[in-house]
Amino acid sequence: MKVNVNESRCKECGLCIAHCPKEAIYLRSEVNSKGYRTVVVREDKCIGCGMCYLTCPDGVYQILA
Amino acid sequence: MAVERKVPSIIDNPMNFCPGCGHGIIIRLICECLEELGQDQNVIFAIGVGCSSNLGGGLVTDRLHCAHGRAGAVATGMKRVNPDNMVITYQGDGDAYSIGIAESFNAAYRNENITVITVNNTNFGMTGGQMSWTTMEGQKTTTSPHGRDCAVTGYPIRFPELVANEFRVAYAARGSVSSPARINALKGYIKNALEAQINKEGYSIVEVLSPCAVNWGMTPEEAMTHIEEDLTQYFPIGVFQDRRNQE
Repeated sequence: MKVNVNESRCKECGLCIAHCPKEAIYLRSEVNSKGYRTVVVREDKCIGCGMCYLTCPDGVYQILA
Repeated sequence: MAVERKVPSIIDNPMNFCPGCGHGIIIRLICECLEELGQDQNVIFAIGVGCSSNLGGGLVTDRLHCAHGRAGAVATGMKRVNPDNMVITYQGDGDAYSIGIAESFNAAYRNENITVITVNNTNFGMTGGQMSWTTMEGQKTTTSPHGRDCAVTGYPIRFPELVANEFRVAYAARGSVSSPARINALKGYIKNALEAQINKEGYSIVEVLSPCAVNWGMTPEEAMTHIEEDLTQYFPIGVFQDRRNQE
């Protein structure tokens, strides 16, 4: 695992999806407690570059070493 | 090889900003810089009124919610009484310019040893998107429904350039959160501004162009493109007054 995703914080803005260089992030169809569809990271595509961490305004991501 | 990155503990809380708002990125960058400089437990925030007020709920540091527009004056008092604390004002453009231009100017004029972060989203976001001093010519807001007419209301203010040209401030820059490269550059500006305060060089300001997707009537991605393509034409990104005594 390269990334921890805190789904309860996600607000479905899509900035991480737009900036992910490997297109490894997509929105799931279920919603979180706030009513937003949350992000999912594809483990097989993720390279742990941290672009999602950089662009996320809501602190959803934690990049693991 | 991935590099470990985690939101700093003083800001690791859910906050009430709209989806795609730039505030969350900016405050995270400030807290990252504070952590790297070893000042994250030694900081007082002077928080303005507006969307910046939402920090009151998420930020776990000493902080004061100032009267509308007066963060520059309040921060002056904080810094003079506690010269060893980091003092940062966190305001929006409506708060720092439209409402509190006197306090913002006076703090810069005195070259107070504080760091001012102004989030410029070209409107009063929290109250529903009214026109502010930084609203672009032709931009529709709730108080300029036919687009801002600069012949009647004046032209958007460029505050960092103004204080860099007129006063002897320590550091003045403008950044943006519109792309990963811009965010990285912005972190450099914020770090310089904080280091200027640590070295007692004087007043440092960083204005940040930030998206207001909801009030601009755009998606978060379109708002970022709007900053990159339109706002940066009028509000150039860069350093207007570099630090003088940089080692």
